[in-house]
Amino acid sequence: MNEKRMLDDQHYETMLAEESLCTKENLVYETPAEALYDTPMHYCPGCGHGVVHRLLAEVIEEMEILHDVIGVAPVGCSVLAYNYLNIDMSEAAHGRASAVATGIKRVLPEKYVFSYQGDGDLAAIGTGETIHTCNRGENVLIIFINNGIYGMTGGQMAPTTLPGMKSTTSPFGRDVDTMGAPLKITDLVAELPGTYYVTRQSVHKPANVRKTKKAIMKGFEYQKLGKGTCFVEVVTNCPSNWKMTPLDSNTWMEENMLPFYPLGDIKVPQKGEN
Amino acid sequence: MAKVKGDIIIDIEKCKGCELCISACPQDGLEKSRQVNKKGYLYVVKIEDNCTGCTNCALVCPDGVLKVYRETKKKKEKVAEITNVTGDITVTVKE
Amino acid sequence: MKELKLMKGNEALAEAAIRAGCDAYFGYPITPQSEVLEYLSREADSRTGMTVLQAESEIASINMVYGAAGAGKKVFTSSSSPGMSLMMEGISYIACAELPCVLINVNRGGPGLGTIQPPQADYFQAVKGGGHGDYKLIVLAPSTVQEMADFIGLSFDLAFKYRTPIMILTDGALGQMMEKVELEPQQERSKVELEWATTGRKNGNGRVITSLHLKPDEMEELNLHLQKKYREIEANETRYEAINCDDADYIITAYGLVARICQKAADLAREKGIKVGVFRPITLFPYPYKELAELASKTKGILDVEMNAGQMVEDVRLAVDGKVPVEFHGRMGGIVPSPEEILHKLEEKLAGGAA
Repeated sequence: MNEKRMLDDQHYETMLAEESLCTKENLVYETPAEALYDTPMHYCPGCGHGVVHRLLAEVIEEMEILHDVIGVAPVGCSVLAYNYLNIDMSEAAHGRASAVATGIKRVLPEKYVFSYQGDGDLAAIGTGETIHTCNRGENVLIIFINNGIYGMTGGQMAPTTLPGMKSTTSPFGRDVDTMGAPLKITDLVAELPGTYYVTRQSVHKPANVRKTKKAIMKGFEYQKLGKGTCFVEVVTNCPSNWKMTPLDSNTWMEENMLPFYPLGDIKVPQKGEN
Repeated sequence: MAKVKGDIIIDIEKCKGCELCISACPQDGLEKSRQVNKKGYLYVVKIEDNCTGCTNCALVCPDGVLKVYRETKKKKEKVAEITNVTGDITVTVKE
Repeated sequence: MKELKLMKGNEALAEAAIRAGCDAYFGYPITPQSEVLEYLSREADSRTGMTVLQAESEIASINMVYGAAGAGKKVFTSSSSPGMSLMMEGISYIACAELPCVLINVNRGGPGLGTIQPPQADYFQAVKGGGHGDYKLIVLAPSTVQEMADFIGLSFDLAFKYRTPIMILTDGALGQMMEKVELEPQQERSKVELEWATTGRKNGNGRVITSLHLKPDEMEELNLHLQKKYREIEANETRYEAINCDDADYIITAYGLVARICQKAADLAREKGIKVGVFRPITLFPYPYKELAELASKTKGILDVEMNAGQMVEDVRLAVDGKVPVEFHGRMGGIVPSPEEILHKLEEKLAGGAA
C-alpha cells in the first residue's frame, strides 16, 4: 500500500502519456458541459447535491430540453443551484419553490418546470405549498433532497431528522414526544390523487446514481405527457453537519436513514395508464 | 477472458478529496495524493493501471472531476474497393 | 370601441384586467375583494385563455405571481389588508428581483383581523415598505370605480416600463360600490418573449431571477440601481389632482374615496364663503411633494383627512415643511367621515370664525 501511495502526479502524468486510451472515441463518461457550468461547486466534500445537479444536467442534455426547461432553486444549501446549472432558473423564497414552479408552469405549460428543494424548505416551511402543488397535480417535477438536517444554517433539526438523531437544536437527540416524529412527506404526497410518480432514491452508490437519473428522466417524460406531479426524493448525506467523513456519512445513511426512508418507487403509473 | 482496458482523467483542481470514488472503484485503483491542490484538498490519483472504464468513480463523484475512457475494439477498416481497373495503380494500406 | 357598464369596483378592475390582455391571476378569497377572483373565475378563461388560479394561501398566491412574472407575463393578484400582510415577503422578493406585476389591496380595517369595513390604514405598509429591505412600490390610489378600471392598464404599463411591482391601494367601499364605468376595448394577450424572462435558455447562458446577492458590494450595487430607478419614477410618474386649489385659502388633502367626500365638503365650504380646495395625490409613491408644497404655500392652512390614525399626513407635513399649519382629521374602524363632519373640522381647526 505504501508503495502505491508513492505514486504522485508526475508518475501519473507519465502514465497518461504512455497510454493512448484517452481519446475522444474511447470517452465513455464526462461531466455534462452544456447544462452544467465548468466551475467548482460550493458544496462540502462528499455532499450529494453535486451528484444530483450533475444528473439533472445529464438528463436535460440527453432529453435535449436545454432550451425548454426552467428550474426553481430553494433556500438552503442549494440556493445557488443556478450558479452550476446552466439553464434558466428562478430563485424562490424559503419553502415557496413549488408555488413559484406552479406560477411558471401555468403560464408556460409547454415548458418543463422543476423545483429543487431540501427537507427544511419542502417539508417544514413549505409543507403547505408542497401538499397543494401535489394535490392540484401541477405538471411539475419536484426534486426533494432529504439529508435530515438544515445544512446551510449550520445543522439544526429538520422535519426529517431521525428519532434520537442529534442536531444543534436537538443536542440530546430528537425526542419525538416533544419535537414530533420525522415527517415522511414523500409517502404523504403519494396518497394525493394529483401525484403520478413518486419515488425515493439515493446517490451514494453507482447503482443508486443510475436509478436516480432514471427517476429524474421519468419525471420529465411524464411531465411532457401532462400526467401530474412527479416527486423524486433523494436521500442524501450531510457529512459536515453529521460531523462525519463522507464515507462514514454514507455508511451511517445506509444503516440509519434508509431503514426509515426505504428506497424504491412509492407510486408508479398503473398498468395501461402509462 | 481478456479484460476491458479503461482509463480516467482527473481534474485535480476540482477534486475535494471526499474519497467516494476511491471506495466506488471495484479495482482499488484510486488513492489520495500526498499533495494538496490549490483549494487545499488532498486530491485523488490513479495508482494502478487496472482501470476497466466502468464509470463507477465518475457516477458517485459530487464534483464532476472524472472523465472515463474505455478501449473500443477497432474494426478492420476497409480502405477501398477497386473495380474496373484499366491501368496500373498503387494502393497503400494503412496498418 | 369603449363600452359603458354599471359595475362594482372589484368587478370593474377584474374586467379591466381581462381587457388589458392580462395573462394570469393568482389569488385567495378574502372580504371585501373576493369578487375579483369570482369574476375572473367566471369570465377570464373562456374569453382570453387567461390563467386564473385560486391558491391555497396569499403566500402561495404571491409566489405564483413571482413565478409567472419571471416568465415575463402580465400577472396580478388582489387581496385585502391581512392577506396583503401575508404577501409582504414575496413582494420584497419581487421588488428585488425586478419583476413586473400588479398587486391590488382592497383595504379593510385593522389591526389584526379587524373589520371588513373600509379604512385607509395600510398607507404606511403600501408606501413606506411593508416588506423587508429598501424597496418601493409605485402606489396608485383610485377614487372612483372608473379609476379602479383605468389604473389596471396604467399599472401594467408602469410595471413593465420600470420592471417593478405596482400596488393599487383602494378600500372596501370602492371595491363594493357600483358606478358607471367606461371600459377599454379588448387587447390581445402579448406573445412577445421578453429578453430577461426565464422561458427556457436561449443562446448564451441560462438566465437567472433571484434576489440573493451574498457579496456586500454586489448587494449595494443592486440597491443603488433600485434607488436610481425610484428617483427616475419620482421624476416621471408623479400624479395628482388639484381641485379649486388656485384661489384657495385652505386645502384639504385626501386620497382615494375620501378625496371625493372632501370635494363635497369643499363645495359646502365655498357655499359658506370659505375658499377651500382639494389636493388628491393619485400616486402615493411617488408622492407629489413639490406640487403640494407650491399650492400649500399660498394658503393659510391644510387639513388632511384620512380613514386612519394619521398616516399620509406625515407626507403632507414633509411637503409643507412647516410653512403653513397642517391639521389632521381621521376616522377609524371603517367609519367613513361625512362632508359636514369634515367642514366642521376645517372650521374648528383652521378657519375658526371665518364663516
